[in-house]
Amino acid sequence: MTEIFGVPTQALFGQLLIGLINGSFYALLSLGLAVIFGLLNIINFTHGAQYMMGAFVAWFLLDKLGLGYWWSLALVPPIVGASGVLVERLMLARLYKLDHLYGLLLTFGLALIIQGLFRHEFGSSGLPYSIPKALEGGTNLGFMFLPNYRAWVVVFSLAVCIATWFVIEKTKLGSYLRAATENPAMVRAFGVNVPRMITLTYGFGVGLAALAGVMAAPIYTVSPLMGADLIIVVFAVVVIGGMGSIMGSIITGFALGLIEGLTKVFYPEASNTVIFIIMAIVLMIRPSGLFGTAK
Amino acid sequence: MKHQRIALALMVAFFALAPAVIYPLFLMKVMCFALFACAFNLLIGYGGLLSFGHAMFFGGAAYISAHAAKVWGFTPELAILAATAVAALLGLGSGLIAIRRQGIYFAMVTLALAQMVYFFCVQAKFTGGEDGIQAVPRGSLLGLLDLSSVWAMYVTVFAIFVGGFLLVHRVIHSPFGQVLKAIRENEPRALSLGYDVDRYKLLAFVLSAALAGLAGGTKALVFQLASLTDVHWSMSGEVVLMCLVGGLGTVFGPVVGALVIVAMANYLAQLGAWVTVVQGIIFVLCVLAFRRGVVGEIGNWLRKPL
Repeated sequence: MTEIFGVPTQALFGQLLIGLINGSFYALLSLGLAVIFGLLNIINFTHGAQYMMGAFVAWFLLDKLGLGYWWSLALVPPIVGASGVLVERLMLARLYKLDHLYGLLLTFGLALIIQGLFRHEFGSSGLPYSIPKALEGGTNLGFMFLPNYRAWVVVFSLAVCIATWFVIEKTKLGSYLRAATENPAMVRAFGVNVPRMITLTYGFGVGLAALAGVMAAPIYTVSPLMGADLIIVVFAVVVIGGMGSIMGSIITGFALGLIEGLTKVFYPEASNTVIFIIMAIVLMIRPSGLFGTAK
Repeated sequence: MKHQRIALALMVAFFALAPAVIYPLFLMKVMCFALFACAFNLLIGYGGLLSFGHAMFFGGAAYISAHAAKVWGFTPELAILAATAVAALLGLGSGLIAIRRQGIYFAMVTLALAQMVYFFCVQAKFTGGEDGIQAVPRGSLLGLLDLSSVWAMYVTVFAIFVGGFLLVHRVIHSPFGQVLKAIRENEPRALSLGYDVDRYKLLAFVLSAALAGLAGGTKALVFQLASLTDVHWSMSGEVVLMCLVGGLGTVFGPVVGALVIVAMANYLAQLGAWVTVVQGIIFVLCVLAFRRGVVGEIGNWLRKPL
């Protein structure tokens, strides 16, 4: 058996793949957080709960309505995104004139409510969600076995991330969005409906979280607390990357997933904490984050 | 100031007389959390820094105090002192990192650092993992007062709480407290007036961490238990909620908030997941419609800061 640095290649590539999968979720979730933060100046603490809702709605569609994975991929983001639109209109919209910390506290409270309700209804043990037929099995790459579904998650989330980046950085719609981030009053004076744009942006960010939830459903068990600890790691990812750039949060997400995977191989004791340690180091050297601008 | 003295007298009288009618163990829990909330309030209410990781000081100190009393055989006062000192050191380390960012980022950084401490406590040998440290001996204070009696323990907790509260009160009204408020209101201005803003923030952070540690260390002896619950992020959320309910930036708010939240947790304990739901609802309602909190509203009504 071949080895690299005394580690069997099978194990090494296996962990790297898991790292890449986790990185896909970090990237999708931190991307959503960054998009929301850019326009609303709110850190969406509910993001983890909305990711969990995505997985649960997918499970519900399959179990109660017989709609499979591909339907979920198309239907769940708009459904959960619509719930986000309601939250923005009914609650968050009242807080824009106040200190940004109130937005954090409100979304934290919402996360507690949502997670508590789901835990009451479904318990904490978790529900299974099977891999779609078309993506069962795997491919032998010679040096490792690659499950098809996992390859799909990495490729698809990368595609979603790049599409989001393209829309925001390269299209006219995106230019309105960036302009409103810089100076909302000016953009409004040009006749753009900024409040509606803010609402839809929040819905879009929430939809991204829900999409991540659907993709996660066949890999992790669908459980009420699946997003609770994940969101804290994603916060650290966001601090490391800085929220200034869309591409920055994508790259940071994937890179940190890989680093976490490598840590599992070489020093498993630190695999839970390595991202937080990197965050502390980055804050010491570049307080505004790797891709952030001082603000 | 007169109103504050009256309120202080009322509070002290309440905790001195209440054990005649209310379970002392419940009151001791309230006092521990009230001190914890006061420590937290020093940072958010007067420094404008929202820490979402204060559980690391509270829960970390609980482990130190429990371990010192059980394994090293420390007397209670030394165990609590050791816990406070470790919390202060932890505050110094995490504070140096956290004060590099402000506002929302500060909250996220403290949350992430606390999660790191949580994972450390899950993995470390001396914390006993899921079991925690159980059956911690209370020992006897200064070798004289046997704390296994409820009343001796109550008097000790009462003294620690009132002492801690007066210290926070003193700090708020000192020149140091005034500078903190100036930084909260307008940081660039304070900087331009020649104040070393980072040092003030760091000192406030360490002080807050140490007091949170004092509360956690005491709680471990009262309940003879240190567990993962105390270092979990939900504990950080709970202390935010206490201050929010009582009134951010009020002197007595954290105490009232602690009383309300601990009482609620006690009565709703058998309802399981509903406790989280109710806490979440209170969060949302407070932020949307009740931002001054109980004490803030009363103070506004009396037109005196409480």
